[in-house]
Amino acid sequence: MAASSKKWVLGVIALAVLVPLLQPVFPEVVSDYRLFLVSTMIIAAIAVLGLNLLTGFNGQFSLGHGAFYAVGAYTAAILMDKLNVPYWATIPAAAIVCFIVGYLFGLPALKLEGHYLALATFALALAVPQILKYKWLEGLTGGVQGIVLMKPEVPFGLPLSEDQWLYYFCLLVMIVLFWGAANMLNSRSGRAMMAIRDQYLAADTMGIDTALYKTVTFGISAAYTGIAGALSASAIAFVAPDSFGIFLSIKFLIGLVVGGIGSLFGSVLGGIFYVLVDNSAQSLTQFIRNDLGLPFDLSAYTVFGVLLIAIIYLMPMGIAGGLYMAYRKLRGVRA
Amino acid sequence: MEQFLQQIASGLANGAIYACVALALVMIYVSTDHINFAQGEMAMFSTYISWQLMDWGMSFWLAFILTVLISFAMGVLIERLILRPLHNAPVLSIIVVFIGLLAIFNSMAGAFWSYLIKEFPSPFPKAEFGIAGVIGPHQLGVVLVTLIVLGLLFVFFRYTPLGLAMRAAAQNPQMARLVGVRVDWMLALGWGLAASVGAVAGIMVAHIVYLEPNMMGGILLYAFASALVGGISNPAGAVAGGFIVGILENMVAYAGNQIEKATGVYIIGNGEKLTVALIIVIFVLTVKPAGLFGRVVVRRV
Repeated sequence: MAASSKKWVLGVIALAVLVPLLQPVFPEVVSDYRLFLVSTMIIAAIAVLGLNLLTGFNGQFSLGHGAFYAVGAYTAAILMDKLNVPYWATIPAAAIVCFIVGYLFGLPALKLEGHYLALATFALALAVPQILKYKWLEGLTGGVQGIVLMKPEVPFGLPLSEDQWLYYFCLLVMIVLFWGAANMLNSRSGRAMMAIRDQYLAADTMGIDTALYKTVTFGISAAYTGIAGALSASAIAFVAPDSFGIFLSIKFLIGLVVGGIGSLFGSVLGGIFYVLVDNSAQSLTQFIRNDLGLPFDLSAYTVFGVLLIAIIYLMPMGIAGGLYMAYRKLRGVRA
Repeated sequence: MEQFLQQIASGLANGAIYACVALALVMIYVSTDHINFAQGEMAMFSTYISWQLMDWGMSFWLAFILTVLISFAMGVLIERLILRPLHNAPVLSIIVVFIGLLAIFNSMAGAFWSYLIKEFPSPFPKAEFGIAGVIGPHQLGVVLVTLIVLGLLFVFFRYTPLGLAMRAAAQNPQMARLVGVRVDWMLALGWGLAASVGAVAGIMVAHIVYLEPNMMGGILLYAFASALVGGISNPAGAVAGGFIVGILENMVAYAGNQIEKATGVYIIGNGEKLTVALIIVIFVLTVKPAGLFGRVVVRRV
């Protein structure tokens, strides 16, 4: 990482740590609700990063990452609900379970390319809610009702609200995960992953164990998204099967495409973006209904769908890539 | 025994629907090498159009024919406007566009017609007839209508010059272009036909699953399974695959039911239909990607 961008990253982190502490000064601007919203954005960013590791850096498609998010969320919820495991300990547990599930799914995925892998993962995404409702698992998963949990409590008697603490916890997890991902991508293993994406045959010929790398990448990607799921279970304090349908996976896809395929920074943008659109769609609908008087329910998915297509046409590298290109163009013109 | 036959009959009726959607998928796949993830939502949208036409007072069959025509135009437009410019785009871009279409159709149907479940009429008489109680009139009608559609398609592709041109364009676009076939338009026509066939499936199934924006999710998954079982590059195989998967689906649920009755242990039932389809999809993809009747593609590297 270049020195200047390192400074930027540290600056953003310092800002992210300090701003919530201003709550007593600006209670309106830094409200608990907003902090909670930012926490969900952080969770989204981690989930998108997981998908990006697989698709962006290793070239394997997945339309079913919602499945791993669900596995992570349910692992965390069951541990907290049945075994009284503290919320922070569910994160590594979810990571391990999702790594194993992802690795196992990666094995048949080795034989599938492009469209077919997309098809298999799409099928997985469609089937997830039903699998979660399976009768034998009902004792654990609570069936259709799901599991109701408690919000994480503030530890050590720190003078923080629940939402502030949740925010810091998510932020910490995100920083650790992004740092890990950046280091991994910068290493020999990361270069092998990208070599497989760019030139599969050449990578194979160079002696890279392509099967091992692809399955392990699948596992790591699933673990990242699973951690996001576990965090969301703690944050929302509730899991239910029907929130893990195909549209969850579509949200990750929009995060991936908007942020930029194969961009770490883009994963953050993508996560922020889809949570924002998801949240503002409701108020937009109210605006259309009440102020324009049209009987039209605008759903976030209309926006998502149009954007997915528009971005493929206009900014194939996502917003992060698009901005970077624009920046380079401006600089180039000036120079 | 009667229950067993009933299950087979309803499997055939479901299979007819799967066969239609699978055929639509295969028609797009053979001509463009794309798997249309939005096929189910397009069919759902068409079904809403027919509902709207009937709501405006049209008779069922008039609405049916109009909807098929509208869907045809819709399919052609989607190909010309959205997919044509991406002709040489990487696979991921195409998949993303399909998912975008899926989201748009799904949410637009919800926006125009709300997410409330609607009843959809059946055009077939209610009377009990024929093979007493084993197959209902609607199921029989569904099978008949789909068989007629499939027959018409077969005649079209086999015996008309346009059908021949379309097959040529799909099989060998360069040679077809050299002998004067307008390959671009053939692809668009293929999209139109696929959308029409999907619309027929949607209208036929809406009476059974009720009309709502997510009605085609499970059906699309089963259509994928059908297309894969039959071999995704083979239209006739897709139709056969549809019926096979339709019967298999009901047999699995029936067997699960019988086991539960005999031993009291619940293993599998109607609640696991999508999981069964998922297993079929992954099983076929990993064990026999060419399906039962598909062609094995050998690639030179």
